[in-house]
Amino acid sequence: MNVVTPFEGIGASVKRKEDLRFLSGRGQYTDDIARPGQAYAYILRSPHAHARIRGIDAAAAKAMPGVVAIFTGADMTGVGSLPCGWQIHNKDGSPMAEPPHPVIAVDKVRHVGDPVAVVVAESKAQAKDAAEAINVDYEVLPAVATMEAALAPGAPQIHEGAPGNLCYDWHIGDKAVNDAAFANAYKVVKFETTNNRLVPNAMEPRAAIGDFDPATGEYTLYTTSQNPHVIRLLMGAFVLQIPEAKLRVVAPDVGGGFGSKIFHYAEEAIVTWAAGKLHRPVKWTAERTESFMSDAHGRDHVTTAELALDKDGKFLGLRVHTLANMGAYLSTFAPSVPTYLYATLLAGVYTTPTIYAEVKAVFTNTVPVDAYRGAGRPEATYLLERLVDVAAAEMGMDRVEIRRRNFIPADAFPYQTPVALQYDSGNYHATLDQALEVADWKGFEARRAEARARGKLRGIGISTYLEACGIAPSAVVGSLGARAGLYEVGTIRVHPTGSVTVLTGAHSHGQGHETTFAQLVADRLGVPVAQVDVVHGDTAKVPFGMGTYGSRSLAVGGSAMFKAMDKIIAKGKKIAAHLMEASVEDIEFDRGNFRVAGTDRSKSLAEIALAAYVPHNYPIEELEPGLEETAFYDPKNFTYPGGCHIAEVEIDPETGKVEMVNFTAVDDVGRVINPMIVEGQVHGGIAQGIGQALLEQAVYDENGQLLSASMMDYTMPRADDLPSVGVATHATLCTHNPLGVKGCGEVGAIGSPPAVINAVVDALRDYGVRHIEMPATPAKIWSIINAGRPKMAAE
Amino acid sequence: MPQVTLTVNGKSHTVEVEGRTLLVELLREKLRLTGTHVGCDTSQCGACVVHVNGDSVKSCTMLAVQADGAEVTTIEGLAAPDGTLHPMQEAFREYHALQCGFCTPGMVMSAIDLVKKNPQGLSEKEIREGLEGNLCRCTGYHNIVKAIAAAQEVMHGRRSELASAAE
Ligand code: FES
Ligand code: FES
Repeated sequence: MNVVTPFEGIGASVKRKEDLRFLSGRGQYTDDIARPGQAYAYILRSPHAHARIRGIDAAAAKAMPGVVAIFTGADMTGVGSLPCGWQIHNKDGSPMAEPPHPVIAVDKVRHVGDPVAVVVAESKAQAKDAAEAINVDYEVLPAVATMEAALAPGAPQIHEGAPGNLCYDWHIGDKAVNDAAFANAYKVVKFETTNNRLVPNAMEPRAAIGDFDPATGEYTLYTTSQNPHVIRLLMGAFVLQIPEAKLRVVAPDVGGGFGSKIFHYAEEAIVTWAAGKLHRPVKWTAERTESFMSDAHGRDHVTTAELALDKDGKFLGLRVHTLANMGAYLSTFAPSVPTYLYATLLAGVYTTPTIYAEVKAVFTNTVPVDAYRGAGRPEATYLLERLVDVAAAEMGMDRVEIRRRNFIPADAFPYQTPVALQYDSGNYHATLDQALEVADWKGFEARRAEARARGKLRGIGISTYLEACGIAPSAVVGSLGARAGLYEVGTIRVHPTGSVTVLTGAHSHGQGHETTFAQLVADRLGVPVAQVDVVHGDTAKVPFGMGTYGSRSLAVGGSAMFKAMDKIIAKGKKIAAHLMEASVEDIEFDRGNFRVAGTDRSKSLAEIALAAYVPHNYPIEELEPGLEETAFYDPKNFTYPGGCHIAEVEIDPETGKVEMVNFTAVDDVGRVINPMIVEGQVHGGIAQGIGQALLEQAVYDENGQLLSASMMDYTMPRADDLPSVGVATHATLCTHNPLGVKGCGEVGAIGSPPAVINAVVDALRDYGVRHIEMPATPAKIWSIINAGRPKMAAE
Repeated sequence: MPQVTLTVNGKSHTVEVEGRTLLVELLREKLRLTGTHVGCDTSQCGACVVHVNGDSVKSCTMLAVQADGAEVTTIEGLAAPDGTLHPMQEAFREYHALQCGFCTPGMVMSAIDLVKKNPQGLSEKEIREGLEGNLCRCTGYHNIVKAIAAAQEVMHGRRSELASAAE
């Protein structure tokens, strides 16, 4: 058999296997699938943020051409509530409020976009026409569009089971110890900020096709999901009561997710249920406006924080109060985001000895909020990295020096933070030094002066961040309220002639698993990448899996594959020992060859595979035929990527527009399998981070109307909004997974927003600006510039 | 129902459509050419870009009946019959200019038109500005810009082969 070239193994920028089909228009996304005889669903959604449904008259609509059926919430008897996968407990130990989330609203609608009825028709246009003819009698109720309004005394109540619109009131850390640290502080720096609400906007709108086979009683759901097995479990067990064996979920090519396609959405249950009722396939595809009002949004925190420092700028304690918007219902993983994915990250890269954080999660009449690229960690990083800059300014210290002074030193790992996490590895000085060098931090003042001569305000900003990903040890997350395990599953199937199929529970929606995972096999088993096929996204093919989010595919999914390869090698050694009449202990394996130690006798993996499938000369008494192994890998800890991002901006004082002139990222993502793909992930993450910092904001008016409900109103980053990005990696290896990998999908979105805002504030330093909220739009900056004469001009 | 006759990727088709049918619906649903995507409903994203009589057009913004008699090229029709990729397709692969692939067909079709109309060659800034009608949520455009810069050299015959990403 071919011995793999080193250029395909770990560390090689192998071109992607998946690209050919995407570049030639042969990808197969959910909406590309046409099931024979399929009907089309259109979902009638609430135009009101909060209203009682007094009645629905669909008689005229039912008579319209092409209409197959119309269903309302009342028709869906026996259908369960959309479940929440994470339960948080209040400070007093009681469980969070967990009000029901009906698939289709029954008596009340609670946000603009809440489903009210579904029309199934012969064509999409007919379904939409008929939906317009449905008459819903709404009694409009006062709405709460902001957390402040929701928490106000006497505010309208969204759910019966959530008094005061409070979902939970949670905390972490030792308050008494924290208070004592503040009592002894030299200085306390206070900072308030809002982390802006974002719309994920994967370019592929969500879509779902339900299919039912009356002959077997089997359901199939094709859906735009990051985790088909999770959807099968949630929808099958909790919503539609279909046993797993009768429910297949397929997530084919998926056009980006960024978290928004993790969750179990109503439309998936609607089309599956309707297909069962109608005995024909039912297809639904979101229009972009529906995406805006039905995909879970991200972020949306309002926070007050205080940092206690000694006279040398050492951090003594951090205190944080956060309000986190849940929207109108609890989306699948929403409660975990502002708690265990946020407050546990508040140590960052610093030795802050005591941290106390309080988080109140609040219901509002808005679209549910859940994980979006980074989920909780960008909010924590933004808070911390802005706070550190503000503290440096108030202490009269250098921004870099205050960070260095508080870094967890490289020899302090494993490092236990005061907020539950134990970091396994990192070297924050190293990533900082490298980034300062690449970004030419030292030369910045000359560039600032040069820009000033051109009439531009130039600023530079830094962020030294850390995140926790590779989620997660099942027992740990179970004790924190997760209702699922977070292991991953990998199967290695060595075929009789030595090619390999990998079945993975991870799901690629842009990450390039078909290539990276093939490289893992190439590296270890010596099979060329071209002969390794990676299968994912189909519960009928892959044994099980928890899917892709939280930068877990390689750290957890790759580790499962590694374990399965261990088993392949162990079995192969037994077969090799039999074939070469040697003892198993004497067989060595290296990249595709089983060798008798100290001899030149060897067998290739292909020879061993053939013997396993044609077991004529085979240890059949002790060993089963075949060469296929599955492993479930449960991680021992989170992984902790970190690094340093530096943004350089120029502001035109005439317009207030920020131009990103330079962006440098030096990230420690652990061992890198495919540098080309890692850089691409970092580019994409940074683009979303810059989008959050400068452009993006979901806007509701006070009545709960979503004003930014299309791409005309919501500013998506375009090519000329973004800079060229300098990306480098500096690896310290993860110590607890077999690959030493950490994860790279989220670092860009986590590290970059504070670097950008720190740069904007730096550019405006002569205007006495302490802080500017995201997104730092031209209008905001222009009014700061024009609010008063700059100090520099007055000098 | 009106009838539309058009040539798509060199093949002639006559199709019955409704007056309101969009070109993208004709391509995706009637001809099952699903490489052309729909990413928005406000003509913002460019996932639907095809070439109509040689010009890039957002096929979500054109009625099928307006394409009567037109020559349409979609992403499926770009590669040579023997499968050789167009230099722009090749460049996207070489420079890792796609991740989820959803924006890719429209991005490639727009990029080809942009390069064709600018034989003098485009700077990085001009490429970025030229992509204003196309959104990508995955790549941050960094590698898309690089791919287009490399492809234009081949398309205009200034290089016989694509510069490798490692260069
Ligand atoms: S589908 Fe978005 S511009 Fe055509
Ligand atoms: S590659 Fe996913 S949107 Fe561009």
